[in-house]
Amino acid sequence: MKAIAARIAQSLGLILAVIVLNFFLIQIAPGDAATAIAGDQSASDPEVIEQIREQYGLDRPLLVQLGIYIGNVARGDLGESIWFNEPVTSLLAERIGPTLLLSAAALGFAVVVGVAIGTAAARKPESLLSHAVTVLALIGFAMPAFWTGLLLLILIGVRFDFFPVSGIHDVDFEGNWIESWLDIGQHLILPALTLGIIYLAQYSRLSRASMLEVLESDYVRTARAKGLSERSVVFKHGLRNGVIPVVTILGLQFGAVLSGAILVESVFAWPGLGRLAFEAVTRRDTPVLLGVLLLVSVSVIVANLLTDILYRVIDPRIRVSGGDS
Amino acid sequence: MTGIFVDQGAVDALGSDDREPSSGGPWRLFVRNRAAVFGLFLLIGILVMTFIVPIWYVKDPGDLVARPHLRPGAEGAPLLGTDNLGRDILAIIVYGGRTTLRVAAGAAVLIVFVGVTIGSLAGYYGGRVDAALMRFTEFFQVLPGLLFAIVVVALFEPSFWVITFAIGTIAWPGIARLTRAEFLRLKNLEFVKAARAIGATDFRIITRVILPNAMPTLIVSTTLIMGSAILFEAGLAFLGLADVNSASWGLAIGRGREFFTINWWAVTFPGLAIFFTVLGLSLVGDGLQDALNPRLRGR
Repeated sequence: MKAIAARIAQSLGLILAVIVLNFFLIQIAPGDAATAIAGDQSASDPEVIEQIREQYGLDRPLLVQLGIYIGNVARGDLGESIWFNEPVTSLLAERIGPTLLLSAAALGFAVVVGVAIGTAAARKPESLLSHAVTVLALIGFAMPAFWTGLLLLILIGVRFDFFPVSGIHDVDFEGNWIESWLDIGQHLILPALTLGIIYLAQYSRLSRASMLEVLESDYVRTARAKGLSERSVVFKHGLRNGVIPVVTILGLQFGAVLSGAILVESVFAWPGLGRLAFEAVTRRDTPVLLGVLLLVSVSVIVANLLTDILYRVIDPRIRVSGGDS
Repeated sequence: MTGIFVDQGAVDALGSDDREPSSGGPWRLFVRNRAAVFGLFLLIGILVMTFIVPIWYVKDPGDLVARPHLRPGAEGAPLLGTDNLGRDILAIIVYGGRTTLRVAAGAAVLIVFVGVTIGSLAGYYGGRVDAALMRFTEFFQVLPGLLFAIVVVALFEPSFWVITFAIGTIAWPGIARLTRAEFLRLKNLEFVKAARAIGATDFRIITRVILPNAMPTLIVSTTLIMGSAILFEAGLAFLGLADVNSASWGLAIGRGREFFTINWWAVTFPGLAIFFTVLGLSLVGDGLQDALNPRLRGR
């Protein structure tokens, strides 16, 4: 319990550090901070600038400003978007759902298929499949996600018209919630596949390596010697331990997945945080951009924390020793 | 993302690779590995294309040389066709490579310098220094890499230095952790104690005694990091966060995407250039891994 409390405190510290970083990014960006917050559109209006200056306390000492900024963030006030004329917080709330859906679908696909392929490959290390896993992992890593997305889009989406290629719903969509989810599911396939391929490559390679090791271990030999069926040996004894490295990486990679989603969302016009960040870049909407950075960073920290706690629950060794660090 | 492939090097046995790879051994292992040799050829091909081909293929990649959307092989078209404005795609690929490789090389230098400095100080001194430096590293590790780079480049300007700095800032924690692990492994070995016994300074022990022995692992990891750096640069350029005055592979894909349904070659060929470069680096990295840490072969 003490270890978990320490981890939570550490995570809160990290979140604070991210907020401070955000604050200093506004400070050191070229140009006046008030202009940056106001954005290009209203920057020419001295009245708006003056108002912002007062609102954010920009005429006060830096540390006071930092205090005000942290206070604002804590209350959920991340400023106003220039382009959408809406509070940044409500924009983020609107967009986080689709991004989480996309990331979860991509990771789910990558983990399930990757572990399955990796396990099959590890059982026959010299087979064609086993070598193919190594090659595919390299290819999957080397393909830029946005390029893969475009290729899938043109090949599967446009040439053969299998799946919708843009957005989360058909433009003229009408129907009840079941039809609605089916429609979303159809739109989800190509983006999730694109984002998932990168991780599929990594997880199949990783689980192949870890299963190779596990299947050579003494307790697997014991299980075989006891006369257990091959299926029981591989899935009950082997896989439970072989999958641990994948779970570890999964937690650590959450941030990378959300980052990758930016590129994929921009290819498929998926209305998530990544698309929002892309729109913010093209429209120089600084408050929105920083808002996305803050939200994604905090999500990563929370995801890491949850993985860590989950770990302690699952793995008795860590629980008994009260944590390693 | 490359960490999973190389972290194993940190737990590798002590014996065989404690010396610098000066014997013929690692090189022989490397050339016997067909995949690694293929990767090396890919890289040499890319380097020749980027630095030698321009000597006789003298073009300005920004020039409008023919009608727009000419397919490769069409009459009057350059070898790989033209893009939506009638620019020569081959010229964009040949000259765009410089931008990408310069950023990747610059970022790699920055990443290795920061990562090795922080990792070696943390591993060597341990205790509070270690704790503080690792907290710092952890902070950069939770930052969503590409997104942070996007914010930095968008807030400042999409120039060579800003892009290199942005990529360098986010990618060093992996190297730092790896260096630290190597230092933890090596610092209590006999030859380090011997160096200390004859009165070598900490600086000398770190740079001259321990670091050379950590090199095999670091070289492998640097190769893979360069692959990631190229992907980061391409991603930024794809989103339009690149110096628009110089050609770049990612930028070409970003510009071509709107016309992709009628002009597949403007997107496909620059993408292949990125793909083959990163693939080459990965294959060479893996080959080095097998050659320098032979015990991990096939993993």
